[in-house]
Amino acid sequence: MTGGPLLDAADLHVWIEGSHILQGVTFSTPAVGVTALLGRNGVGKTTTVKALLGLVPRTGRVEFDGTDITAHPTHAIVARGIGYVPEDRGVFSALTVAENLRLAERRPGAPRYDLVHELFPELRARAAQPAGTLSGGQQQMLAIGRALLNDNRLLIVDEPTKGLAPRVVREVADAVAVAAERVPVLLVEQNLALVRRVADQVVVLDAGRVTHTGPAHDLLDDPDRVRALLGVARTGSGSAAESDTEPEPEPEPESEPDTEPDADSRVASTSASTPGSARGSTTAPQVGPPAGPAADPTHDRQVDTA
Amino acid sequence: MSTVVLLVITGLGLGALYFLIASGLSLIFGLMDVLNFAHGAFLAIGAYGTWWASVYLPGAGPDGFGFLLAVAFGVGAGTLAATLVELCVIRPLYGRHREQILATVGLSLAVPALIQAVWGADPLTFPRPELVAGTVGVLGVNVPTDRFLLIAAAVAVFTALWLFNSRTRYGLIVRAGVQDRAMVTALGIDVRTAFTLVFAIGGAAAALAGALGGLYFGVVTPTQGMSLLIFAFIVVVIGGTTSLVGTALASVAVGLIQQFANYYTVAGLGDIAVVIVLALVLLTRQGGLTAKKSAERVA
Repeated sequence: MTGGPLLDAADLHVWIEGSHILQGVTFSTPAVGVTALLGRNGVGKTTTVKALLGLVPRTGRVEFDGTDITAHPTHAIVARGIGYVPEDRGVFSALTVAENLRLAERRPGAPRYDLVHELFPELRARAAQPAGTLSGGQQQMLAIGRALLNDNRLLIVDEPTKGLAPRVVREVADAVAVAAERVPVLLVEQNLALVRRVADQVVVLDAGRVTHTGPAHDLLDDPDRVRALLGVARTGSGSAAESDTEPEPEPEPESEPDTEPDADSRVASTSASTPGSARGSTTAPQVGPPAGPAADPTHDRQVDTA
Repeated sequence: MSTVVLLVITGLGLGALYFLIASGLSLIFGLMDVLNFAHGAFLAIGAYGTWWASVYLPGAGPDGFGFLLAVAFGVGAGTLAATLVELCVIRPLYGRHREQILATVGLSLAVPALIQAVWGADPLTFPRPELVAGTVGVLGVNVPTDRFLLIAAAVAVFTALWLFNSRTRYGLIVRAGVQDRAMVTALGIDVRTAFTLVFAIGGAAAALAGALGGLYFGVVTPTQGMSLLIFAFIVVVIGGTTSLVGTALASVAVGLIQQFANYYTVAGLGDIAVVIVLALVLLTRQGGLTAKKSAERVA
């Protein structure tokens, strides 16, 4: 450990099929706690995660624990101690639960099956079951369990509660909270209740750029700023299931927070509001003109940095 | 009845030969998305390597242990060639399917041309060990012994591949990689090592097919690999491009159909019958015979 940020992304640019998805994303993940990567649907959160791991071609610089890993292949980046739970869970449906876990073992003899089975006893009971026959919640447990199996130095968890039933959301949220006690987490999440529960820092993206960074509660306790940055009326215990994988042919139907009493903490999936009124510790790198569908020319990206 | 028995056993022998070629092709395509037109070249290298070793390699010969050594040499040569092709030609072209096809087609033409330049275009008589030179009586029919050798080799390769896929970590990586290669790398696994291994295994199986194909046909020619490769591709498509079980079933089906059609219709019509079956499978089950059994893929 170098004492600086654990993960440092600088000026990340990603183009996918001609669209300029990430437009100079710069942020750091501290060596402790949970950093939540927030933003409306389609702003580039998942692409940011993939860029960090080298899963999409990108320019810019990525450092992990003081080492420049920009040119490293994905497997070498992950092998440095990063556990990854992708948005689509990434379980291998033709393999059994046990095989999915065994595949994730990076150092034979050292996997933490006791922790995984303690958090998700169902994975032990269903060890011989093909992962493709698990429910969505069980698959998410398997994906998180796989990431927890190794003694990682950072977990990157992309929308772990997406599309899950409320009961399962609680279970998954508990697992994320337990994981966060042991290892720093970079969490992409639309469920602001979970973010409020576990996150220490937040990084807000909009149209492929970072528009805000700072302590989680500073943002979440300020409804105006939440509304401005995320398009959310209020924060509480609800959930939102949205996708931000670009390009996104079929985004999931957006819920309407104001009409659902129990769902009061959703990050908007539209870009109706402007983030110009945001205050606090914000950054707004300006890298050229917006381009491609992720960029909304109506947005004022010059966020107040006062 | 005796004719049917003969056709079944010789058809199984031909199917075994197809399986030896198609298994590697299926494995390579399933994991790497590489349509390897150079696979026939590995077969030719195995065949000529075995022939060369049986004639020139000290200790090797046309019979007994010497022939086994010659086959081992041929298989080794094919495996080495496959490994080098993966490292030097395929690896720099990952994800560039068009270029991969061009490169492997180029190799499929260049290797036979090179063989022809060295040993000529005429067929070379392949050594025939005494043990497999005769026939075996089965239900009153005399069946060439080499067919049983082919069947035994195919069963052994099938078992070895099944054990590799189901019992080894690399097999696990291959089965996972067939489904989602990017996610395998996101687990910290260097899937390129698995690629090289799979290519080498495929090359070894093809080279073994070349050596045993020499026994089957009695001769080796520079273009033998290419003509057999066409049927191997048909087998892979019919069986489902990522299923070892499907490949085995399709190999048997194609071998039997060819034998029966050639005997009961007109010699040569067996090839057309196979193409008709291929068309029917493509029209009715686009993923091949095992399309719906995703859980069994490469298992």
